[in-house]
Amino acid sequence: MSVLVIAEHDNAQLKAVTLNACAAAKAINDDVHLLVIGTNCGPVVEAASKIAGIQKVLLAEASYYEHQLAEELAPLIASLADQYTHVLAAATSNGKNVLPRAAALHDCQLISEIIKIVDEQTFCRPIYAGNVIATVKSLDSVKFLSIRPTAFDALAADGGSAVVESIGALDALSLSVFDSQTLAKSDRPDLSAADIVVSGGRGLQSSENFELLYTLADKLQAAVGASRAAVDAGFVANDLQVGQTGKVVAPELYIAIGISGAIQHLAGMKESKVIVAINKDEDAPIFQVSDYGLVADLFDVLPELSEKLS
Amino acid sequence: MKILVPVKRVVDYNVKVRPSSDGSNVDLTNVKMSINPFCEIAVEEAVRIKEAGNADEIIVLSIGPSKAQEQLRSSMALGADRAVLIETEEALEPLAVAKCIKAIVDKEQVDLIILGKQSIDGDNNQTGQMLAALCGYAQATFASELAVGEGSVRVTREIDGGLETLELKLPAVVTTDLRLNEPRYAALPNIMKAKKKPLEIIALAELGVDTAARTQLLSVAAPEERKAGVKVASVDELLDKLKNEAKVIS
Ligand SMILES: Cc1cc2nc3c(=O)[nH]c(=O)nc-3n(C[C@H](O)[C@H](O)[C@H](O)COP(=O)(O)OP(=O)(O)OC[C@H]3O[C@@H](n4cnc5c(N)ncnc54)[C@H](O)[C@@H]3O)c2cc1C
Ligand SMILES: Nc1ncnc2c1ncn2[C@@H]1O[C@H](COP(=O)(O)O)[C@@H](O)[C@H]1O
Repeated sequence: MSVLVIAEHDNAQLKAVTLNACAAAKAINDDVHLLVIGTNCGPVVEAASKIAGIQKVLLAEASYYEHQLAEELAPLIASLADQYTHVLAAATSNGKNVLPRAAALHDCQLISEIIKIVDEQTFCRPIYAGNVIATVKSLDSVKFLSIRPTAFDALAADGGSAVVESIGALDALSLSVFDSQTLAKSDRPDLSAADIVVSGGRGLQSSENFELLYTLADKLQAAVGASRAAVDAGFVANDLQVGQTGKVVAPELYIAIGISGAIQHLAGMKESKVIVAINKDEDAPIFQVSDYGLVADLFDVLPELSEKLS
Repeated sequence: MKILVPVKRVVDYNVKVRPSSDGSNVDLTNVKMSINPFCEIAVEEAVRIKEAGNADEIIVLSIGPSKAQEQLRSSMALGADRAVLIETEEALEPLAVAKCIKAIVDKEQVDLIILGKQSIDGDNNQTGQMLAALCGYAQATFASELAVGEGSVRVTREIDGGLETLELKLPAVVTTDLRLNEPRYAALPNIMKAKKKPLEIIALAELGVDTAARTQLLSVAAPEERKAGVKVASVDELLDKLKNEAKVIS
């Protein structure tokens, strides 16, 4: 039997995290199917079928699948689950929204945010804000897993030629109605996928001061992140929050500026390859996880850094 | 409208949890326990809905040990009207918890269930979605805004890249994100009053729900610790290290 992966997309584009989820699936079984649920999602299907090593792409289209509503997607996923040993999705806000609902419909206990596959029924996942790693064995007939994208290297986006099979949509339940969406437009790299992340905290003091950080980020072609304190204070948008309850990132280089290093923040960035901290308090806990620490006032250092990178 | 808020007793968010010496589970002896922060936000939201005249009653529910009565009392001090404890010393999985909550939903005929998005001990982020599935209700996870309408609620959700607004038919399930509200502090008179509010205790076995474990915890371990690195004295030294030692910028 094969492994099923739920594709993450917006009908126009297949999201890169899908490649990480597929990689986790391949680590379980070579025979991987990708399920695309959407509406008019031709480009997504095309990209899906090119992923290296995917055997089959299943496609279910209906107008009411457009906004990826959990009430509509979950029954379809649950109805297919019996044909698979495992059902996987990336632990994004979408995956976290849909997969538990599908698992419950199938009377299965999802294992969330796994970071390692020990064998086909045993998995590792962080708990308690990443202070502890649990090794968990699933006793369920079908194993539902959400995977932490940063823990699995992506499959190649091309080289494959999977067959595409259309499957029927299920009837709409219409329990919820999509009203609107506001997506932040940014020319910077995506936080979850960037090689370099520059994050700011309460130390930045205002949204105006974040301009200093944006200048540095642009010099480094980096994505911008933030601590919860900076988001709560309204300095930046909520989707930039890095941490236990925000995004988990693991770039090549993470620069934390004016961030103290609370465990909830560390949970989202301590897997980064190289960590730099800039903080005026030499005892700030962030220095305990930093490869390079600079004890200094960020308002002196940020302009100097940006200038010297020119 | 009747609102149900499931609240969980968890390790306080300030505690740094460690594995027990035999690595079989985490060591929770003598650590401070609190109400899960996301559940506190859920209680606060329910209280605000009631204060705005849009709800008649708020029930808080916990599935857990006898001591979870503390968290139920603090929830009532924040403004919940009564509490139910489904008592068990076992730590149940989200699917089992969702089944227990559903039993109370059916019994109490509630219109809106507000849960936290995530418990900060297990970091599961599942129970609300599972409950919505079992009940066949609409769901909105990661709420940062909630408005009650006629037979519906309007919820703005935090999603990757921004915000999304949904209209849910009632009954519905909503899970809270950090930005939904800032919970109040309970005033002393309210803490006193909460001691007299009704708290019903039901033994888990009485509920007749299948809570058999679907997973087995094999072991827990501390993650690989990062070593603290070096302090650099200047921006020039930092850039030099990043270019020539770490080779992460060019
Ligand atoms: C349930 C829950 C979930 C949470 N989830 C998250 C999460 O996902 N992500 C997250 O980040 N937090 C999260 N938190 C919050 C977390 O506990 C901390 O409160 C938060 O991370 C602190 O943010 P901060 O470091 O920006 O602010 P602070 O802790 O206030 O630190 C500010 C730092 O800036 C430094 N500073 C100030 N001025 C300057 C200057 N001029 N130059 C240099 N340095 C300066 C200070 O020395 C200080 O170290 C959560 C908390 C709870 C309870
Ligand atoms: N044992 C429990 N008792 C009451 N509510 C719970 C319990 N476990 C989880 N919940 C609810 O479900 C939410 C999400 O928890 P979880 O799915 O474990 O991350 C929590 O914030 C609570 O609202």
